[in-house]
Amino acid sequence: MTTLDREQQVLDRIDRARRRRPKVREERITMSHGAGGKATHTLIEAVFLDAFRNPLLAPLEDSACLSVDGARLALTTDSYVVSPLFFPGGTIGDLAVNGTVNDLSVAGATPLYLTAGFILEEGFPVADLLRVVASMRDAAAAASVQIVTGDTKVVQKGKADGCYINTAGVGVLSDAVSLGVAHAQPGDAIIVSGPIGDHGVTIMLARGELDIEADVVSDTAALNGLVSGLLSAVPSTRALRDATRGGVATILNEIATAAGVGVLVSESDIPVRPEVRGASELLGIDPMYVACEGRLVAVVPADCASLALTALRSHRLGAESAVIGHVTADQPGLVQLRTAFGGTRIVDLLIGDPLPRIC
Amino acid sequence: MCLGIPGEVIEIVADQPDLAKVDVSGVKRLINIGLLADDRPAPGEWVLIHVGFALSKIDEDEAAAAMAFLEGIGQAYEDEIAALRESLIE
Amino acid sequence: MRFVDEFRDAEKARALAAKIAGLCEPGRQYKLMEVCGGHTHTIYKHGIEDYLPESISLVHGPGCPVCVIPMGRVDDAMHLAADPDVIMTSFGDMMRVPGSTGSFFDAKARGTDIRMVYSPLDSLKIARQNPDKKIVFMAIGFETTAPSTAMTVLRAQAQGLTNFSVFCNHVTIIPAIKAILDSPDLRLDGFLGPGHVSTVIGCRPYEFIARNYCKPVVVAGFEPLDILQSIYLLMLQLAQGRAEVENQYGRVVPWDGNLVALRAIGQTMELRPYFEWRGLGFISHSALKMRSSFERFDAERLFSVPGVRVADPKACQCGEVLKGVLKPWECKVFGTACTPETPIGTCMVSPEGACAAYYNYGRMNRQRVPVTIERSRP
Repeated sequence: MTTLDREQQVLDRIDRARRRRPKVREERITMSHGAGGKATHTLIEAVFLDAFRNPLLAPLEDSACLSVDGARLALTTDSYVVSPLFFPGGTIGDLAVNGTVNDLSVAGATPLYLTAGFILEEGFPVADLLRVVASMRDAAAAASVQIVTGDTKVVQKGKADGCYINTAGVGVLSDAVSLGVAHAQPGDAIIVSGPIGDHGVTIMLARGELDIEADVVSDTAALNGLVSGLLSAVPSTRALRDATRGGVATILNEIATAAGVGVLVSESDIPVRPEVRGASELLGIDPMYVACEGRLVAVVPADCASLALTALRSHRLGAESAVIGHVTADQPGLVQLRTAFGGTRIVDLLIGDPLPRIC
Repeated sequence: MCLGIPGEVIEIVADQPDLAKVDVSGVKRLINIGLLADDRPAPGEWVLIHVGFALSKIDEDEAAAAMAFLEGIGQAYEDEIAALRESLIE
Repeated sequence: MRFVDEFRDAEKARALAAKIAGLCEPGRQYKLMEVCGGHTHTIYKHGIEDYLPESISLVHGPGCPVCVIPMGRVDDAMHLAADPDVIMTSFGDMMRVPGSTGSFFDAKARGTDIRMVYSPLDSLKIARQNPDKKIVFMAIGFETTAPSTAMTVLRAQAQGLTNFSVFCNHVTIIPAIKAILDSPDLRLDGFLGPGHVSTVIGCRPYEFIARNYCKPVVVAGFEPLDILQSIYLLMLQLAQGRAEVENQYGRVVPWDGNLVALRAIGQTMELRPYFEWRGLGFISHSALKMRSSFERFDAERLFSVPGVRVADPKACQCGEVLKGVLKPWECKVFGTACTPETPIGTCMVSPEGACAAYYNYGRMNRQRVPVTIERSRP
């Protein structure tokens, strides 16, 4: 047996080990469980999916698709624990509205109604609450959704870091569309709607711990307009995701795992702002794993790629859309990146937690 | 850990000569230039940054020489490939 | 990005790869070792092995300063951090290194005050903001990082800080390289010298490798073209029967090193008589501790640490991987019991460890980049 054969045997063994049922080994929750990477996925599968198991939950998409008396609805929920609450480009309120709207949009639904539950820390300035709420009002108006019910709780000083927001959102699913990462097929093009990593880097810098100044703002935005433009032009779109915690790399891995396909992307095709790149190089982090809050990842059939790009680029929020790679039949379950240098490497799910609490 | 990144010195902090503001691709940070006390960097010069300190100046002549070597190899390679291609046309 | 992008050019890479292939003697296998975690990381992150012929294999040596810290020292650090008056500060790379009772990350989850910092200087800010607490900085790294710790201590002294100290685990590269060279397990053909360590110690310290062991050394930069060019220079030396120290990273590395940095280290630190390296055992004069004149800044003197020697888990083969004897995938527990989320050994924990780098980036069928056009009739 040659060395290459022996190496392949080991790689196969590892692949089998990776497909084993996930288990949470830690006794206590760590920040990794909230980072959007491997630990988060394991927690979701081993704890939540295991306990609540049902066919509607199983796809683990951003929204659940429900059928109620013939009406097709999408339902989603999210919590926002970002620190600081106010940052260049937006507030926790913007994230709450836009994030919920986006989870519904990427399911192919028209977002309609949101809930807003607030957990407020004793001592939190009312003036700050007014700012948060005003930004939510404006974001909701911009996204054409209404906040129709809510809740308020106050906890003792030290227990909530100012303000936490929980939301739920409901929207109407169009019959014409059936989106899901499991639909991805070899040959499909993978598109990103703009430069990646803006939000995560903005938050890191806004925390003020790193003494870095840069001209980066959060990309938080409601993507429902962008999505409907894309879906009208390309109804055969296979999947849509918004790249939040865990970044674009996480979504690529979700595609590869859910559809049992390989993914190959090209480093030089992935749009990244120079400042985001500079900050990432300085800190030794990879923009592929850094959160966005207003970026779409779309999987479309190869022959629809240019149509998709045209549709996206004609919208303000998609002006810098680009094809970053393709779905392949090669090495299913694995995401590969062709580096600018010409070599190839794997892009795995995030381990650990380089950017705690960014959304 | 060995992470060192090149950055351009923008300015030396007025009342703290050991501190300088550097620019890394549009991102600015204050770093300590105390390790370069024997050869203080001036605005416009480039330094290697490691865990908040400048470890070394980047010598532009050496960088240009390294590039020239690589260009040379690249050109020789291109010439060879071109020659190879031409010889395939029979 | 200047001084970065130019050194990531694929066209030039193909040219270098062709030259490297051309220098390989038919039938001969080459083993080139790099002793810098940053090199391991770059090699995998950019897929550099795709440009090398099969006859050249890159061996990853003990160049990851996190990877060589024995479990006992991690336990000592955890003991320090557990003190309710202590705020421990640490680089990100250390956060998930497992001791006998878990890692800093796990301790943080249990409520221990451990904070990640980008620079040791950040610890001074925390010390000023928390005068009632004792701030301990977990100092790790080779000679690249030791000067920064030294300067931080000097700055703390100048500022009259009384609540800051360092738990010093700095190690030095030359004794480790010598241990590798003296090891009967390995036959190496040449070394890629650690680029950033060399900005501090210069290139002279490697001369013994060329002189006494007749192996070529090329001090290499960290961009992909730096590494390929360094490999080319090594292969050229081998083809020409030379064994010399060359500096490929001249734009950053001064031949004589950084005297200010060496003075700062010398002023604040001294060599320990011996230190345990994970996998390599005890090596004499291979690590640094604070001088007695700086005892106010020495956590080992200010606090009592257990100092217990902890054996590696039986399944762990980090030692052999660190020496380059085993490739990551050849370790019995690689990828199954030992993964980045459930690491058994340090090679899998640090992003610069050979196992983590291979698992995260290199774990797949490799396709070599074509560097020549074959002659064929149309």
